[in-house]
Amino acid sequence: MLTLMIFLPLIGFLINGLVGRFLPKNVSGWLGTAAVLGSFILAVMNFNALTAEAGQLESIHQKLFTFLHVGSLHVDFAFQFDRLSAVMTLIITGIGTLIHMYSIAYMHEDDGLYKFFAYLNLFIFNMLVLVLGSNYMMLFFGWEGVGLCSYLLIGFWYKNVDFGKAARKAFVMNRIGDLGLLLGLFLIYSTYGTFEYQDLFSRVFTGTDASSNVNTAIALLLFIGAMGKSAQIPLYTWLPDAMAGPTPVSALIHAATMVTAGIYLVIRSEAIYALSPFANEIVMWIGLSTSILAALIGLKQNDIKKVLAYSTVSQLGLMFIALGCGAYTAALFHVITHAFFKALLFLGSGSVIHGMHHEQDIRQMGGLRKKMPITYLTFLIGTLAITGFPFLSGFFSKDEILMSAFAHNKLVFGLALMSAGITGFYMFRMFFVTFHGTYRNHHHAYEKVHESPLLMTLPLLVLAVLSVIGGAVNLPHYLGEGISGGLHHLLSFDGGGQFSPILIYPEHAIELSHTAEIALLAMAVSVFVIAFLYTRNKYVVKGSVPEADADQQGMGKVLANKFYVDEAYDMAFVAPLESASDVITEYVDEKALKSAVDGVGTGGYGLSKLLSKIQNGNIEYYLLYMVIGISLLLAFNLF
Amino acid sequence: MFQNLPIPFLILSFLTILSSLYVVTSKNPVHSVLALIFTFFTISAHYVLLNAQFLAVVNLIVYAGAIMVLFLFVLMLLNLSKETEPVKSNWWGIAAAITAGSMLLIVTAAFQVTGEAVAKNPVEGIGLVKALGKVLFTRFVVPFELTGILFLAAMVGAVLLGKREKNNAVLIPKEEGGNS
Amino acid sequence: MNLLSIFNQVEISHYIYLSTVLFSIGLFGVLFRRNAIILLMCIELMLNAVNLLFTAFSTYMGDADGQIFVFFIMVVAAAEAAVGLAILVLVYRNTRKTDVSFLDQLKG
Repeated sequence: MLTLMIFLPLIGFLINGLVGRFLPKNVSGWLGTAAVLGSFILAVMNFNALTAEAGQLESIHQKLFTFLHVGSLHVDFAFQFDRLSAVMTLIITGIGTLIHMYSIAYMHEDDGLYKFFAYLNLFIFNMLVLVLGSNYMMLFFGWEGVGLCSYLLIGFWYKNVDFGKAARKAFVMNRIGDLGLLLGLFLIYSTYGTFEYQDLFSRVFTGTDASSNVNTAIALLLFIGAMGKSAQIPLYTWLPDAMAGPTPVSALIHAATMVTAGIYLVIRSEAIYALSPFANEIVMWIGLSTSILAALIGLKQNDIKKVLAYSTVSQLGLMFIALGCGAYTAALFHVITHAFFKALLFLGSGSVIHGMHHEQDIRQMGGLRKKMPITYLTFLIGTLAITGFPFLSGFFSKDEILMSAFAHNKLVFGLALMSAGITGFYMFRMFFVTFHGTYRNHHHAYEKVHESPLLMTLPLLVLAVLSVIGGAVNLPHYLGEGISGGLHHLLSFDGGGQFSPILIYPEHAIELSHTAEIALLAMAVSVFVIAFLYTRNKYVVKGSVPEADADQQGMGKVLANKFYVDEAYDMAFVAPLESASDVITEYVDEKALKSAVDGVGTGGYGLSKLLSKIQNGNIEYYLLYMVIGISLLLAFNLF
Repeated sequence: MFQNLPIPFLILSFLTILSSLYVVTSKNPVHSVLALIFTFFTISAHYVLLNAQFLAVVNLIVYAGAIMVLFLFVLMLLNLSKETEPVKSNWWGIAAAITAGSMLLIVTAAFQVTGEAVAKNPVEGIGLVKALGKVLFTRFVVPFELTGILFLAAMVGAVLLGKREKNNAVLIPKEEGGNS
Repeated sequence: MNLLSIFNQVEISHYIYLSTVLFSIGLFGVLFRRNAIILLMCIELMLNAVNLLFTAFSTYMGDADGQIFVFFIMVVAAAEAAVGLAILVLVYRNTRKTDVSFLDQLKG
């Protein structure tokens, strides 16, 4: 059942990839959707089997075959369905199903629809391998696979050169991170001699095999991999560019699932991270600075998807803050809720783009509220959820992160709160500018703007509901001990095995008094309210429109240009490499190598011209040469 | 160096070298052929001196009798009896003489090194038909059969080449010619 | 059988000198002459020099193998003469010449 769950999307990929071009569009679309839906149903069944009341299981383990066996290295192609994998699997397949369904309508005009679904299915398969593999090699396998699918899907509209470049950028940036991950894996193997999670963590837990320095090195190298995949400083610049892909792709890969692979990696490696406080600090500070930087950039973006992209980077930063504070449950909780509301927001923006006939600039929008009521409503819910409106899903998960940050370090808490506050500003800015005010587009008549079909709005509604009630997964304990902390209990479940829980080490119990908690909540809510009121005043009451990028002044200009990070990277890495290769082309290749190669040719030609004079065709000369040659041979033998 | 040698050997060697020189230098090809036949006679005499009686006889029959007569036939056939050969330049003569002389020196020197190792171990009667036949048909029977095939091939080739050409197809063998 | 007890008076080295001289004369002829028939004759002369040496060694060492080789060389020489003369006749028929310096068509 586990195997079928993983391989259903692969089957879908094979069918669509091999014979998809002969199938009608609807058939290949629904085929891809059905594959993921089947996978989701199986995932639910597996989850029930795992957590059935009678005799709960720690994990379902299934070995298919031996993947690698070289010397002492033994890697199985095996899957392990434990609680962490289960949560990730449910997110991937559940949201994946909704997005597949949405894509049928969104992509219906595209000729390459079968290809699109083939890639999506392949992505789901690889993502499942990533989260379900029972060892780090399987994780790496899936890790590379999703990177490939991400590349293929970002560059799906490959006829546009810029989109192709964005895909390449994403790939290259990810490669940098992958190198770190790979080095981390090598270090794990050379230190502990295994890739298998179960063996490895029991060794880490019990053993004194490694000094804390080695653990720190492993943790940091793995984190470099996470940086690439989860778009953290300094490798985050690919994610905003990745918005070149079709919007469902942005929703599925670059918001809900793939970018959380880095979070998954750190949670999975909790045993190692717990032994290295230094690595945790690094994770936390990187997450914090990414979160604030991305949020600031998001303030001045005018592309609806770019805003969401920077928001994603910012939210991922928040998750890393939680990881750095040791609040693994909070991070995973935020992964879940973020998957709900960010997928919702992306799909909503896709609906807007669809309704606006592929217009992405929010300055061209406005007043869409009346034309697209369902999109408006669901987008509102998404916005409220991400900005932390009380008792929506984002509120709980974000507050949990903030609280753990507060318990860890007051300064971090302040900065994280600031980042969360900025979220409110840019999200409401985008929301109001898009849906309120007056219509500003001159190319398309307002009348032509339309609500999206049911196939697109249905996933929006489902996700909106999930965004509202998603917080129930892990309610805070001030709402009552009985119903709270579901996720926490799930992850810390101890079936009596050697080290059964996902989180081997007990999490920092957040020892805060109720008054402190209420105070923190009040602060969070007040930040939300300020953001809401400010932006409403500016964009709805005053009706102002964001300036175009070119008109920005001062700090705004810096933000609109994304802090010139891309330009800095260009100057620091790309330009020196290019000029170096220019020099090498001109001097080494053109002059030295070319003349050397040419010299061999001309030299050989001249020499053979000289030698061909000897060969004049006259037998007499040949005879003479032959005799001289024989004489010389004999003479050499003689002496 | 020569004074201890028997007179017959000296005379024979002298005649051999003299006649072979005449082969090389004679202007008239017919004279060359006749001188070569004479050379073969002297070499046969050497064979007799060396107790290789059967070889001496075969040498006369095959070389002097068959091959040289073939040469004579060709000469007469092509009407080359009178001198038609253009004389080569002196430069060629000097070059050829130097090359051949150096070859002589080198080969002599080579034999100086190896020739001393030859032990004198004469055995009675190895040059007779009986002894040679025994060796030829036991140890060398396979090469002997192969030389038969070689002869056949040479004969077919010669006949083929000698056929009068028709339609310029002289070098393309006919089926039966190739197989016989 | 021994008409002259030659072993006591003639060393092997004398036969070596004799045949080497004969061989070199033949070689000189090959290099110097231009008439193809004379060339073939000179080759025969060189082969005979080798034959003589073979026989001399055979007799001095008491081994019949050398004389067998003389037979083989004779066979090869006969075959060579037959084919060579046939080619020569053909060439003459086409060019009316037997001059080897005229045959420079081997040039690539």
